[in-house]
Amino acid sequence: MLPVLLLLTLVELGSGLVLGRFESTLLRYPSLLVLVPVTIGTAGNLGSILAARLSTAFHLGTLSFAPDDETLAGNALATVALAASIFPLVGLGAWGLSSLTGSTSLSPWTVLAVSLSSGLSLAVLAVLVTVVATYTAYRLELDPDDVVIPVVTNTCDVLGVVLLYFAVLVFV
Amino acid sequence: MTIDEVAVEAYREALPALGASLVGGLLAGVVLGGMRSDLRAVEGLLVLVPALLATRGNVYGSLGARLATGLHQGLIEPHVRGGDRRLRAAAAAALVNGLVASLFAATAAFAILSLLASPVAELGRLIGIALVAGLLSGITLVVVVVTVVFAGYRRGYNPDTLVGPLVTTTGDVFGVLFLLIAVRTVALVLGGI
Repeated sequence: MLPVLLLLTLVELGSGLVLGRFESTLLRYPSLLVLVPVTIGTAGNLGSILAARLSTAFHLGTLSFAPDDETLAGNALATVALAASIFPLVGLGAWGLSSLTGSTSLSPWTVLAVSLSSGLSLAVLAVLVTVVATYTAYRLELDPDDVVIPVVTNTCDVLGVVLLYFAVLVFV
Repeated sequence: MTIDEVAVEAYREALPALGASLVGGLLAGVVLGGMRSDLRAVEGLLVLVPALLATRGNVYGSLGARLATGLHQGLIEPHVRGGDRRLRAAAAAALVNGLVASLFAATAAFAILSLLASPVAELGRLIGIALVAGLLSGITLVVVVVTVVFAGYRRGYNPDTLVGPLVTTTGDVFGVLFLLIAVRTVALVLGGI
């Protein structure tokens, strides 16, 4: 457990270093800082839910790694739909709460654009990462329950921060 | 099942957990938004934030999963009293793992930022913050995870579906809250801010 944990900690420090790159922007606009934990949390959750479902389907023998596989395509579709439902709330919630607790110099539309664009692109990448990780575990004859969920959760954490960084570069 | 049926079922099952973590994440964000002066004063602290938050999820999520499996197999009784040895061992292991990972994160962040010639606070301060935050949030999360998983199991809920949203929600909120307390406590001892 401990070696894996330390490796995952190093992976997460990678996303911390990305945060460090736009620290001054985050400190200038509190609504973007409010976005950080909720983006990381939602990103990791989207990945871990998908990974858990694909692992179970894999154990039950109902999953085949083909693009027209119903389980695979249905879960991928649900992940994107979940991101499309949750990330608007993430953006508006972050803007609303920071305007309640202090000042916001960004418009709600900017914060919404940042969270929705990073969230939707994250959902697509989360699907790719999860499918590749589950397939790799299957080829290496590892139990996907043990390996895939921590790998996917932490990778999605990092991807969430990286995509947040790009969205801030584009919209702020 | 068709693709649409799979998608609708997956969507319905996942939405409550994501909603819970949305609330927890936003609350954590508000606390983090209030820490701007602390983040400015302790350089490198923001770099540590994802690692410290993820450690909570990785360590106490796995504790919750182990408790759930133990309950399902009948190896652990859903009562805190009586001091079950398996329960105490699992809780102690989680606490130690969480502390080691937090201290490792602080040391590695200091080393990486120094190598990159980026501004970074003293190693002692970062280690002190990781230690205090890791200890406080670790004890709180052990209590929360054990209490909620046991209470849920006794009321007939599947502990496996409780653990994920519980740990992410409480982990984020307590993780950031105790980070704030840790920064201020260490500042009292070492001075500064």
